[in-house]
Amino acid sequence: MTEDMAQLIEPLIPALRRYARSILKDGAAADDLVQDTLLRAVSHWRQRRSDGDARSWLFTILHNLAVNQLRRTARRGDMLPLDEADESDVSAPSTQEDGLRQHDILTAVNRLPDDQRSVLLLVSVEDLSYAQAARVLDVPIGTVMSRLARARARLLRIMDENSAPASSHPYLRRVQ
Amino acid sequence: MISTRPITEDELHAFVDQRLDATRHGEVETYLKTHPDVEARIARYRQHRDSLRSALAHVVEEPVPPQLNIRHLTEARRPDRGVPWRSLAASVLMLIAGAAGGWTLRGGGSQTSEANGIASLAQEAAYTYNVFGSDPTRPVEFGAADKSQLVSWISSRLGRPITIPDLVASGYRFMGGRLVATPHGPAGLLMFDNDQGGRLAVLVRPMRIDANAQMSKHAFGNLRGYAWASQGTGFTLISAAPADLLHPIANEVRRQESGGI
Repeated sequence: MTEDMAQLIEPLIPALRRYARSILKDGAAADDLVQDTLLRAVSHWRQRRSDGDARSWLFTILHNLAVNQLRRTARRGDMLPLDEADESDVSAPSTQEDGLRQHDILTAVNRLPDDQRSVLLLVSVEDLSYAQAARVLDVPIGTVMSRLARARARLLRIMDENSAPASSHPYLRRVQ
Repeated sequence: MISTRPITEDELHAFVDQRLDATRHGEVETYLKTHPDVEARIARYRQHRDSLRSALAHVVEEPVPPQLNIRHLTEARRPDRGVPWRSLAASVLMLIAGAAGGWTLRGGGSQTSEANGIASLAQEAAYTYNVFGSDPTRPVEFGAADKSQLVSWISSRLGRPITIPDLVASGYRFMGGRLVATPHGPAGLLMFDNDQGGRLAVLVRPMRIDANAQMSKHAFGNLRGYAWASQGTGFTLISAAPADLLHPIANEVRRQESGGI
C-alpha cells in the first residue's frame, strides 16, 4: 500500500509546489505548505474516497491548508506584497523582457481576489477539469465558471491599466 | 450539421482551455470569425493563459527538495511488519529520476498541458495517429494475420507483455500495428477499423510519470483521445470519432487490459 501511495503522490509534487508557490509567493512558505499537504495525505490515505482521483484530493488538501494560512497571515497583517517579494521566489531567471512580462502577469494575477485567482490557477495552469476544480474548491461547477469568467475579465482590465493607463479599450465594454 | 445553439460565455472559456469537443470547437471558431470584438478578447485570454503558464513553468522543473521527498515522509509512519523498503526507496528514486528527466526534456515553456505523463502520452498518440492513421498505403507494419509476431515484437521492446483488445463487439476489427518512437521511448500502435472505414488506434507504452492514472479526455484538433495508466503501463485510445462513441470503447479497452496483463 505504501508503494502504491508513493507512486500516486510523487508525480504530483512538482505541480503542488507550483500551485502553492503561485498563491503564497514565498517559496519557503509554499514548500512548508506542500509538506503539510503530503503529511496529511500520507496519514489520511485510507480515508481517501476510492472513486476520487489522487490529484483532486491532494489539491483539495493543499487548497484548504492554504486558505487557513492566508486567513491567518491576513489577520497578522504580515502578508508579503508581491512587489516586495524576492523576484527569485516568483519568477524564473530569464531575459529582461521576458522577466518583465512574467512579472506583469504574476503581479496582475496576484491582484485578483483569492477565490478568482484559485480557479484561474487550477484550471489554466494545473489543468484541472472544471469538475475537478469544483471538487477542490467545494463549490458547484457554475460557480467555477462564473469565477473563471470574472477572473479573466479582471485580469484583462488589470493588464490594460498596466500597459496603457489613459487609453480606452474596446475590450472594456465586454466586461460585466 | 450547423448548430443553432447559441455560444455561451462558459463555452468561450472552455474554448480557451481547449475543453470543447471538436465539433463545438469548430463552431466557436466560426462564431469568433464573425465577431471580431469577442475574438480579440478571447485571443487575449489565451495569451494571458500562456504567459501565466510559462511564468510558473520553472517551478515544476526544480528538483524536489528533501523535505518533500515522499520516502522521508512515509518513513516516520513505517509499520513494523515487513515492508520492502529497499525496493520502495529504489522505485522512489527512479520516479524522481524519471520526473527530472521528463521535466528537463520539456524544454521551453511554450507547450501546454504536458506537465504530467498522461498528457504527454495522449499527445504522442495524437502525433502518431496523425501520421499513420491517415496513411493510405501502409498504416500498419504487421497486419492482423501476423498478430502473434506483432505482439511478441512490441512486448519485447516495451519489456512487458501486451495484449490486443478485442473490439468486435464495438464494431471495430483489428487491422494490425507497429512499433513507433516517442520522446519516452518505444510505444506500440494498434490500429482498428470499422465497416464504414472509421479508424481508431491504441497507443501503449511504459509510464515513468503517472504510472497509475485515471482515464482522462484529451482533444487535439479534430482528434479525441482517452488516456489512462495502470501499473506502469499507459494507454491512449485516439480517433477522429465522436467522444460519445469513443468513451465506452476506451472503457472496454481498459477493462480488457486490466484483465489481460
